[in-house]
Amino acid sequence: MTAKDQTTDISALEGKFQQRIDAEQKIEPKDWMPEKYRKTLIRQISQHAHSEVIGMQPEGNWITRAPSLRRKAVLLAKVQDEAGHGLYLYSAAETLGVSRAELIEALQNGTAKYSSIFNYPTQTWGDIGAIGWLVDGAAICNQVSLQRTSYGPYSRGMIRICKEESFHQRQGYQIMMELAKGSPEQKAMAQDSLNRFYWPALMMFGPHDAESAHSSQNMEWKIKRETNDDLRQKFVDQTVPQIEYLGLEHPDKDLKWNEERGHYDFGELNWEEFIAVINGNGHCNRQRIQHHIRAHEEGAWVRDAQNAFEQKRKARKAQSAA
Amino acid sequence: MSDLKQDTINYTVRLGDDALILGHRISEWVSNGPFLEEDIALGNVSLDFIGRARMFYTYAADLSGEGKTEDHFAYMRNEREFQNYLINELPRGDFAYTIARQLFVDTYNHYFLTALTKSSDENLAAIAAKAVKETKYHLRRSTDWTLRLGDGTEESHKRMQAGIDDVWGYTKELFEHDELEQRLIDAGIAVDATRFKDQWLADIAAVIKEATLEMPDGEWAVRGGREGYHTENLGHILTELQYLHRCYPNSEW
Repeated sequence: MTAKDQTTDISALEGKFQQRIDAEQKIEPKDWMPEKYRKTLIRQISQHAHSEVIGMQPEGNWITRAPSLRRKAVLLAKVQDEAGHGLYLYSAAETLGVSRAELIEALQNGTAKYSSIFNYPTQTWGDIGAIGWLVDGAAICNQVSLQRTSYGPYSRGMIRICKEESFHQRQGYQIMMELAKGSPEQKAMAQDSLNRFYWPALMMFGPHDAESAHSSQNMEWKIKRETNDDLRQKFVDQTVPQIEYLGLEHPDKDLKWNEERGHYDFGELNWEEFIAVINGNGHCNRQRIQHHIRAHEEGAWVRDAQNAFEQKRKARKAQSAA
Repeated sequence: MSDLKQDTINYTVRLGDDALILGHRISEWVSNGPFLEEDIALGNVSLDFIGRARMFYTYAADLSGEGKTEDHFAYMRNEREFQNYLINELPRGDFAYTIARQLFVDTYNHYFLTALTKSSDENLAAIAAKAVKETKYHLRRSTDWTLRLGDGTEESHKRMQAGIDDVWGYTKELFEHDELEQRLIDAGIAVDATRFKDQWLADIAAVIKEATLEMPDGEWAVRGGREGYHTENLGHILTELQYLHRCYPNSEW
């Protein structure tokens, strides 16, 4: 086959691929897909998986100190769910021909990213409420939209994850409700956590559409179904009555209902801070990765033992069969 | 309040203490496991123990009828008032140390809880009936891991042996009881652990042998948990566990 034939061939395949996407058909692991589609998905799904796994650290930070046994049990169950989400997502990424070991290596050497929100410290118990409510709330906005993503395993993973995430958001909001209606000190704790996590939660949707490097192609391939700014607006709108209900002050002094748009106008985000935190200047960037590397290295002998035992078991089985 | 009722409250709180302190230790593994599936499994086991502590404490609170709640027992008592067995408060250690402790405790709990399901106290029997199912899963896990680590690599073998040797002396007090527990044993409420000590030992010996490990030196024994005579570890656990609750007295969470 000549080079020219190959090109025609690929553009024919690409055409067919786009037709399937346009017809809302799911792409499955064995289907042909453009290399860039595969790469984008690996990047996005693994980033999502890493976020679930790294997210266990800031929340795990409060398991041993939870203020009541009920809260402790709920938080433990929640962090465990996050680990489970990490697992589904690593499995979804593996269907694209990459191994979990490679993905973890990329996380640890910094070539793969995780959500920058987890570089913020969980200083107080209120932060556990704010993370459940705002961070999981923002994640849900994004994930609800990703339930319709074009790649089958990712879409199905999202459907499952969304069900559990809404329980997480409720547990976060419940923590905030208890604090907000509690003593003045507790209410102040809730307000402080809201103030610190509100803006970083808005930044979770990523840069403005005009500045987003991956947006347009990903929309066309229906990897992404709604733009960063649309999702962010949805989140801002839904959070206003929730803050009111808690009786807390809204951290955005520029927030104003816009009758014409049917949405809230809101203040500009501090993108300098966003970029600074992404680039390693957050309170916990180094700590999070070093923690992951330490646990992984400390576990190496356990994984080795498991493999060695499995080999021995197989050898014994083969011998007794012979 | 009758003496028997007060004894039952104390006994129930002891069982709650065992579950809470061990659950706390296992929860320290979250995000520190050797791989993600183990983070989930250890989280699960921890959650079972915390759940168990809640059931015991809630029952003790109901019995005492002084408006106490489960959180009173977990958060408002001091080092000398906790009466958990010492084995539960030992540090997390490495993975082999954690597995060694779990092997001893899970095997113990398998017999203990089975016997407690026959307690003349219906509430304790009901809690045991739920917990014994979880323990079946815990025991399968700790047995499988002992075999894998014991018969894995040279390093894992060495670590597993060290874990077993280092925890061994803390198993002795699991089979001893004081006068309070004797009164409850006589009343058919508490479990007499001396009755299954031989079976426990035989089970442990069988797993250790299959794992190509050596039985530890039988002589040494550290005791005191049921009298509130603890290792230095417990104070640190309580410092962490109780700090927030005590910082904001009489608050709802």
